[in-house]
Amino acid sequence: MTEQDVAGRVAAVYADGWSRIVATLIRLTGGDWDLAEECAQDAFAKALRLWPEKGVPDQPLAWLTTTARNRAIDVIRRASVEAGKLREVAEMEPVSPPPHDSDIPDERLELIFTCCHPALSVEAQVVLTLRSLAGMSTAEIAAAFLVPERTMGQRLFRAKQRIKNTGIPFRVPPAHLLPERLPTVLHVLYLLFNAGYGDPSRERVTEEAIRLARLLVALMPDEPEARGLLALILLHDARRAARTDPHGELVPLDEQDRSLWDAERIGEGEALLRQALRRRRAGPFQLQAAIAACHATAADPEDTDWLQIAGLYTELLRLVPTPVVALNRAVAIGMAEGPTAALTILDDLTAAGGLDAYYLLPAAHADMLRRAGRTGEAREAYARALELAPTEPERRYLRRRLEGCEG
Amino acid sequence: MKYLMLVCLDPSFKPGPGELDDAPDVDEWVKEMDGRGIRLIGERTRPAADATTVRVRGGEVLLTDGPFAETKEQMVGFDVLDCADLDEAVQVASKHPMAWGGLIELRPFWEGDDE
Repeated sequence: MTEQDVAGRVAAVYADGWSRIVATLIRLTGGDWDLAEECAQDAFAKALRLWPEKGVPDQPLAWLTTTARNRAIDVIRRASVEAGKLREVAEMEPVSPPPHDSDIPDERLELIFTCCHPALSVEAQVVLTLRSLAGMSTAEIAAAFLVPERTMGQRLFRAKQRIKNTGIPFRVPPAHLLPERLPTVLHVLYLLFNAGYGDPSRERVTEEAIRLARLLVALMPDEPEARGLLALILLHDARRAARTDPHGELVPLDEQDRSLWDAERIGEGEALLRQALRRRRAGPFQLQAAIAACHATAADPEDTDWLQIAGLYTELLRLVPTPVVALNRAVAIGMAEGPTAALTILDDLTAAGGLDAYYLLPAAHADMLRRAGRTGEAREAYARALELAPTEPERRYLRRRLEGCEG
Repeated sequence: MKYLMLVCLDPSFKPGPGELDDAPDVDEWVKEMDGRGIRLIGERTRPAADATTVRVRGGEVLLTDGPFAETKEQMVGFDVLDCADLDEAVQVASKHPMAWGGLIELRPFWEGDDE
């Protein structure tokens, strides 16, 4: 086997194996995340060194886990000898690899819930998930979030210290705590997906989010919201190729070339959504996936079932009463029933405040005013949206719309 | 693990009418947590106005009347908890009536021989 073949095999095992080995080692070391990662890394480095010569073992995961485990025991042993506490590790004997990869315990669900513990900041949850579960290196995560590697290293270090110091347990929460804990996990995965969506330099983050959502569905097959999340991000991701034009300009949904949409992904997302809805426990992610499915299955923009979408947003607003959801609902109602109905809601939303800095509120207002034929007011609203739009592609899009309103 | 549970007022929180009707009873909380061996000690403390802050500077004992930090979230009591992990400590704290009307801070003890 050439070194290249071996590197390919190691990379393949790494994709799913990294988090499994790290999880096993966290358990073994009693929560020493740094040691767990260090030993997992060592084991993969050793594989790259030894496998080209000795061949890839029949059960590579078992080999890697055992190698990492024995290294951890070695480190703990030496530290204990120095501290004069040898008896405590007497039973931690080095072992041989178990006969099958399937004998390695799968504690990735424990790892997911620990990385996404609500006592950690969202930022810590996100970077820990990318490091420990997705197996991205500190340098890769730093590059994705545009911070120096050293800064990211400190962030990861502090997050791991906090888990240890505050006593965050390494476990899947008991059933009665799941309703409050699972949404945090889903939220982190959705954040990851969105962090990478539409930014080619962060594509890896999006891919990892999809991979982890798949893993979560496999590990928690009875949780419809996990399936709803996977459905939602697949349905979004299916439109990736159509979201920007060759010049990098943002293409709005109703102008996208629908032949560029990934039909296979859409089909998969729809199937997952159907499976989830069958359990009759619709949650925010299933509702959002249902909305995305309405868009994804319309042959052209005129075919969009806006009435259905407006109904789904009404239900979503009941579960998630935020001004952003209210805004999206207003737009859907406008598309279903005409701009007058939407403008009433949008006026109320503007009066209520809470979205003052959000450019999509004046942008939606402008669109509805334009549809209602109130061109002058539409121009003013587009101008307000332009002032608030955070990125250049969004500003360019609004300028185009504004020009469309002239004369 | 042991946690210091600081029981504080939260003046920024104005509960609506009836919002605290379901809040647990503090005597029952004490009875349950003592019974489970979780609450090791606990006391109410007098308000910040009765606090004395002590500093020794250049060998001299300096006293200030009042708390070391002027915060609105005044501590009004504390408990020491012995819990399996943070999840259990959070569960215990969230059953205390002051978590409903005020706020509770959990501080893990510095344990073992780390650092």
